[in-house]
Amino acid sequence: MSEIVTLSGHRGLALEEPLLFEVGEPGRTGVDLPEPPPFDRDRLGGCARRAPVGLPCLSEPQAVRHYTRLSQKNYGIDSGFYPLGSCTMKHNPRLSEKMARLPGFADIHPLQPPQTAQGALAAIEALADWLKGLTGMPAVAMSPAAGAHGEWCGLMAIRACLEDRGQARRRVLVPDSAHGTNPASAAMCGYGVESIPANADGRVDLDRLKAALGSDVACLMLTNPNTCGLFERDIVEIARLVHEAGAFFYCDGANFNAIVGRVRIADLGIDAMHINLHKTFSTPHGGGGPGAGPTVLSAELAPYAPLPFVVRDETGLRLVEHAAEAARLGAKPFGRIKGFHGQFGVFVRALAYIMSMGSDGLHQASADAVLNANYLLARLSADLSASFPGPCMHECLFDDRFLKDTGVTTLDFAKALIDEGFHPMTMYFPLVVHGALLMEPTETESRETLDQFIAVIQGLAAKARAGQAEDFRQAPRFTPRRRLDETLAARNPVLRWR
Amino acid sequence: MSEVRFTSDHEWIAIDGDIGTIGITDYAQSQLGDIVYVELPDSGRALEKGEEVAVVESVKAASEVYSPVSGTVTEANAALADQPALVNVSAEEGAWFYRLRLSDPAETASLMDRAAYDAFVKGLD
Amino acid sequence: MRYLPHTEADRRAMLGAVGVGHIDDLFRDVPAASYAARPLDLPPGRGEMAVERDLRRMAARSLPAGDAPFFIGAGLYRHHIPAAVDQLLLRGEFLTAYTPYQPEVSQGTLQMLFEFQTQVALITGMEVANASMYDGATACAEAAAMACRVTRRGRVILSGNLHPHYAQVTETALKHSGATIEALAPDPMGIEDALGRLMSDTACLIVQYPGFFGGLRDLKPLADACHEVGALLVVALADPVGLGLIEPPGAMGADIVVGEGQSLGIGLSYGGPGLGLFATRDKFVRQMPGRLAGQTVDVDGRTGYVLTLSTREQHIRREKATSNICTNSGLCALAFSIHLALLGGDGLARLAALNHAAALALEARLRAKGIRVLSPSYVNEFAVHLGDGADAAAIIDRLAARGILGGVPASRFYPDYPELRPVLILAATETNTEEDMDALAGALAEEAGR
Repeated sequence: MSEIVTLSGHRGLALEEPLLFEVGEPGRTGVDLPEPPPFDRDRLGGCARRAPVGLPCLSEPQAVRHYTRLSQKNYGIDSGFYPLGSCTMKHNPRLSEKMARLPGFADIHPLQPPQTAQGALAAIEALADWLKGLTGMPAVAMSPAAGAHGEWCGLMAIRACLEDRGQARRRVLVPDSAHGTNPASAAMCGYGVESIPANADGRVDLDRLKAALGSDVACLMLTNPNTCGLFERDIVEIARLVHEAGAFFYCDGANFNAIVGRVRIADLGIDAMHINLHKTFSTPHGGGGPGAGPTVLSAELAPYAPLPFVVRDETGLRLVEHAAEAARLGAKPFGRIKGFHGQFGVFVRALAYIMSMGSDGLHQASADAVLNANYLLARLSADLSASFPGPCMHECLFDDRFLKDTGVTTLDFAKALIDEGFHPMTMYFPLVVHGALLMEPTETESRETLDQFIAVIQGLAAKARAGQAEDFRQAPRFTPRRRLDETLAARNPVLRWR
Repeated sequence: MSEVRFTSDHEWIAIDGDIGTIGITDYAQSQLGDIVYVELPDSGRALEKGEEVAVVESVKAASEVYSPVSGTVTEANAALADQPALVNVSAEEGAWFYRLRLSDPAETASLMDRAAYDAFVKGLD
Repeated sequence: MRYLPHTEADRRAMLGAVGVGHIDDLFRDVPAASYAARPLDLPPGRGEMAVERDLRRMAARSLPAGDAPFFIGAGLYRHHIPAAVDQLLLRGEFLTAYTPYQPEVSQGTLQMLFEFQTQVALITGMEVANASMYDGATACAEAAAMACRVTRRGRVILSGNLHPHYAQVTETALKHSGATIEALAPDPMGIEDALGRLMSDTACLIVQYPGFFGGLRDLKPLADACHEVGALLVVALADPVGLGLIEPPGAMGADIVVGEGQSLGIGLSYGGPGLGLFATRDKFVRQMPGRLAGQTVDVDGRTGYVLTLSTREQHIRREKATSNICTNSGLCALAFSIHLALLGGDGLARLAALNHAAALALEARLRAKGIRVLSPSYVNEFAVHLGDGADAAAIIDRLAARGILGGVPASRFYPDYPELRPVLILAATETNTEEDMDALAGALAEEAGR
């Protein structure tokens, strides 16, 4: 591709930015600090630093420019449509950011005496009440830091409960369409993992499930709606079978946003489920975290919830932080899973979102999320190859049959979307179909945006059919960097500046 | 001339007396794509037939390598540590993974010969 | 509803395009008995003004650290955060991006992570750092698991100067791994014999630096002793600001350094989210958990960044992954990185010196009031003994009632150790004024003397 070369390397608004270490200089500062008073180094236990830290420094204007330019090399939900399946990239309300910064939430230390942190404890309690209300579950463990952490928390509670029953069950069943975190979390709990194949319908194969269930199965981990974007319509029967086998039913709540406000998972027979606050409740993904994964638990599992937890007594709200105190309250926590009390800043954001939406807003949000996905499915089915017939839930799955013999791969197709100004859909996941393209539009996208996206997808599919494969292989062309050599990165890892 | 046998997991083993040299097949490397890393066993490690012994990685996939036979590892191919790409160019020769001293030479009888393996691979496509 | 763009006309038209008459038709796979066609019986949604009013009222029921003489540490520290940090965090392209799986549209996040990894490696004196974990405690647990993988051993020794949350999280995380955890008793005086516990089956010793009670000790002899038996030395950091003043663990022989990065750029936020730091030696990188950004080139030969060595991770390796971790603390890593970029090496050294000076000044005031300081050495945190029979927790509650947030009673962590009832852990930072210190010393002496 011919390219106009500039003297500076910049191209108009596309500004190059060197590494921090190439911009910074010792001697500059971005923070004016007073001169420390003189002191003896004899209180440093012989550990005084011998060599300078060797970090470069930027003045404030340089730092602001450095990070502003870096930010401009990113695509966020604020930039445009981000239909990344199974990730729920929806608008992040700014009220949530503002509320999380209130000093009474942001400037509170987790070890302050509880009587000086009643507001913070009230926020945890309020969010917990909402999560219980929306799921119909009697208890929620608030400390899991993310979805995967919540899975592990739920499985640890299940294992503790089984051990209490004197049952040494050793297997966890996971459908083959599951997120990779499911088997990884099960392995961290010391469980063996057995994969359950999907049926032609994209759902759990009941016969295979029945065959796999037995007296050594601890639990079934099932994502519902599943990663093909489909509601497991046999879920009540699945729950019955799992319970009949004496096992627990863990639901991966990554896709709870499809049914929030419409389906209480307690009514489906689920024993435990984590809720990704950064998905369903719109807290920002932040380029990969922090998230939060509170985990709702059934009455039977509730006593095993990890430390700490919030209780209310005559003095107000307080934290139970030790096993002995928990035992006095009849609980048998399986342990502690995180420092302090959970992803509190994320809680406040989620709470602000939920209070803004309310039961009616959430009911509408799940409807619009599902409507938008079905709209994409209906409008794109003629041009792409839908893996399963609708209706789908909050996301729709296509595979690469429509690219057969075009010389264009799912990856090429996704990269071409980048040049068109859209973030690609999820590619090659779930693994149950070939060359997967998983699209999750979310409820915060307008019909106009969806129509533009549909037109582009249709146009790209036509281009692929017209034999313009080379165009796809060259994509993306208009990004700060084009396709990157991942093989080189893995063969010769350069993981830091030197 | 050593005798070469194959497994259905796409390992090959060249047998020379009681010493076996093991690698992955050309078909296996072609399925994996650009190899970026190979994890090899330490010398002296005792292996059961079918035991997971090595890992071969591309950017987006990791595959376990299972020992085709039982025995004790005598040597690993140090060249692969620096040049994992060798697996892509010379899977069935220079890019062998490890050698072992067979503890039960009879085990090789159940492995496929070249013709049987080629037919097996053909059936996969 | 302000976050939902569709009009009723949009919805009707779209349902028509889908070919159904009503939204409920799209939920037909849900068992009818479990489906709510009407909103649940929970409070309805409200406008910004109303929500803000409620949440402000709620927040006002807490006493913010900034409104009180404040000396609480024990794993999270109140430092001044330059205004530019939060302003830059709010840039939507950082705030609202996903994990950088599509590198062409994520060079901002990826370059930032590469810079962050370098900064963490530099301040800890290690060779390589990952793109962060959830928090210090979970990073510590991951380090223990990694040490077991690297050494193929299963005995983990936790020093009594390790933050109790780190110890508890590590014990929980390794509960079903087959590893044995040996947790030493709390060690406010810094006199434990950790070396005596090292054996030929020890995977690692985990110590905190400075210790949970503030004390400092030379890590070199510990590292040497660990290496002699083939074990790893894992060092946990509670406050990386101190590294401006003290020798980095990497220079003293640490094999893995983990820590809580909250001190730089991240507020207290009632304890979360934090920022798990994780650094190690190059030779162990493939056993490392968590994401890694790496440098490479694009098809035009220009330098760029990608997530790399992903085969360690759950989305590829599933049950054989090094960890189930999927997220990192991306935005917190950004905050940390910006703060450290603004400080630079000189700034970090000066900030650490100010912290140490503040702690020395606080100690002098407490000594003048006859309060016994236990820690012979420290950076910005130390333990005091309020006298035999004193109940530090009750005293702290009384201080709180007087509007002073005066440290953490050791009993909050160690309810089963009566000898720790009089022990109080105090942290001082650059944010403390002389008036704050006078207020604390005076009130503490009064309340302890009662």
